[in-house]
Amino acid sequence: MSTELVIKDLHVSVEDQPIIKGLNLNVKQGEIHALMGPNGSGKSTLANALMGNPFYTIDSGEITIGGVDLLELEPDERAKLGLFLAFQYPTAIPGVTMANFLRMAVSAVRSEDSNGSETTELIPMREFRRELRAKMRQLGVDESFARRYLNDGFSGGEKKRAEVLQLAMLEPKIAILDETDSGLDIDAVRIVGESVNQLIGPNLGVLIITHYPRLLNYIRPQFIHILLDGKVVESGGWELAELLEDKGYDPIREAHGLTETVVEDEPEEALPSLRA
Amino acid sequence: MAEQEKPNETVDIGVSSEYKYGFHDDVKPVFKSRKGLDTEVINEMCDVKEEPDWMRQYRLKAYEIFKQKPDLKWGGDLSDLDYDDIYYYVKASDRVERSWDDVPDDIKKTFDRLGIPEAERKFLAGVGAQYDSEVVYHNIEEELEKIGVIFVDTDTAIREYPDLVKEYFGTVIPSADNKLAALNSAVWSGGSFIYVPPGVKVDYPLQAYFRINSENMGQFERTLIIADEGAEVHYVEGCTAPTFSSESLHSAVVEIICKKGSRVRYTTIQNWANNVYNLVTKRATAYEDAHMEWIDGNLGSKLTMKYPSIYMMEPGAHGEILSIAFATKGQHQDAGGKVIHCAPNTSSRITSKSISKDGGRSSYRGELKVLNGAKGCKSNVECDALILDEDSRSDTYPVIQIDADDVNVGHEARVSKIGEEQLFYLMSRGLSEEEASTMIVNGFIEPLVKELPMEYAVEMNRLIQLQMEGSVG
Repeated sequence: MSTELVIKDLHVSVEDQPIIKGLNLNVKQGEIHALMGPNGSGKSTLANALMGNPFYTIDSGEITIGGVDLLELEPDERAKLGLFLAFQYPTAIPGVTMANFLRMAVSAVRSEDSNGSETTELIPMREFRRELRAKMRQLGVDESFARRYLNDGFSGGEKKRAEVLQLAMLEPKIAILDETDSGLDIDAVRIVGESVNQLIGPNLGVLIITHYPRLLNYIRPQFIHILLDGKVVESGGWELAELLEDKGYDPIREAHGLTETVVEDEPEEALPSLRA
Repeated sequence: MAEQEKPNETVDIGVSSEYKYGFHDDVKPVFKSRKGLDTEVINEMCDVKEEPDWMRQYRLKAYEIFKQKPDLKWGGDLSDLDYDDIYYYVKASDRVERSWDDVPDDIKKTFDRLGIPEAERKFLAGVGAQYDSEVVYHNIEEELEKIGVIFVDTDTAIREYPDLVKEYFGTVIPSADNKLAALNSAVWSGGSFIYVPPGVKVDYPLQAYFRINSENMGQFERTLIIADEGAEVHYVEGCTAPTFSSESLHSAVVEIICKKGSRVRYTTIQNWANNVYNLVTKRATAYEDAHMEWIDGNLGSKLTMKYPSIYMMEPGAHGEILSIAFATKGQHQDAGGKVIHCAPNTSSRITSKSISKDGGRSSYRGELKVLNGAKGCKSNVECDALILDEDSRSDTYPVIQIDADDVNVGHEARVSKIGEEQLFYLMSRGLSEEEASTMIVNGFIEPLVKELPMEYAVEMNRLIQLQMEGSVG
């Protein structure tokens, strides 16, 4: 049976400032969704709230995965239920090699007994190495990656590829990609997009959160949702992405009686063509 | 003097775990001096040890210096330390053992729990394990003897190599250096003596385990290492102590002489019980083109004061000090390093990492001196402190004094807290909060741990894990 991430009437605030204001969204295993919105619409807030970042406060609403309520669960318990977040800005952990970290993480999410206080039993080194090597080969990641310190001194592109490698190793049921294309040049977007494509299949549901449609050239979603002012205001198919490509967010804003808000501080990038 | 009765305390390493090595085997010492110190105790000790007269005179003279020296007024709080409430000499076995089979069973049991035989099977060349004041087990591979390397306990060295000991003993750290050096000089017992002849390279680490077992027993080992011209040696010392209900004092003196072109590395990992005062004087002299390294890991104890130092005596000498300190509840780690550039074109590096948790306090205390005329010296000091919670504390007390021209000196200090972002990131990958913090701490000290022999690196990571247990919630 396929697992579903269900978000119902979700309200999230940051430092008493409401950001997400009644959001509804369902993502099933095997489906690809794109949530598109301009700066300040609440994209990253949603991604962080879903994963349980303590900085974000859930005021009301529901988040469940496979019917299990996530709201009271710590981030690690959510990960063990099959939720994954590819971070927009992955944090560096100096002194911890990618391989050691991944072995611990993979062992943790696969442990049968998800009792938080138990010490994780590590999966055997040989088995882990074999699997890591295979996944690195599949994604075209250099083997030296395994020995480097996690995200420490990584270029923007390397960080995003490291996130995709983690996604591949952890084999979640539902993955959220938070602005995975941001800060990358067009070649890097292609490489990351193709890597994610490698992982797509009936066991993985993906929620791509993005400002620009360019990543969608490589990962074609079945469902597109438009996020404005903390709510999903439109849902549909590929035609919505094309509409954005041609006209931007303004017509949708006007249709919903919203004015432009600019909150987040993000570099302005040229909108690359969907048909490039 | 009446035995002071105090209720048993559980030593607190993290909240839920008991001190891992806090077992106390029932070993009957063969000889134990009474509490406190005077010339009679020292004379008695010399009699039992059957020491030559020069050492007896040396001890008595040091005792006079000890009495005259004022108490230390800096570093940590020593006001609860009562010099009269300490046993200064306990001898657990009257023979120095060579073979594991000859070691008494109860002592062996303690060593088994510390994993010494396994360690030996793996790669030890010689094991000198100090149990109370006397070395009871000392095994030197025949190979070492063949190439002329001496690796014995210091008491044996006094008997078998008196000329060599007399030539160097107390030359790097004289009795009058400080109050605790004087105390050690008066009552020292055990420790390692190593002599590596010119051009000889020992390619495996020489190791010794030190361990306090008798309640209220001061442990005053004395280690002397001489690397002759072009010689190379790595000495490793690991310490664990059982838990006791009243204070214990550990005050060692370590002297190292690195002659022209030699290389010496001295690695220590200490994990004392929470009631131990660990006050150690460690100093090395490095001559022309010699290379000296201190690697020093301090866990546990009530108060540690330890600043390994290197005197650069001749051009081309190089010194490195890597120090890790971990302070948890009720602990103060006052550690760091000292480098004195006495000759031109010498170089040094001090790297210090400290972790404070559950109200623990760690201080970096360092001294870097370049003497007049020591041109062209280079030195770099780097201290990183990681503070795990609001109750804990970290301080830095660097002293830099440059009296020469054309000198290149750098100093960097950083204090950080475990970032919420780092925790969230690791937890989002399935690690519990405790696993995530432990991983961040292990990453923090990794640059030093990777310098340790494999076995010690594993132990260090295990100790850190133990310290982190129960730290969350």
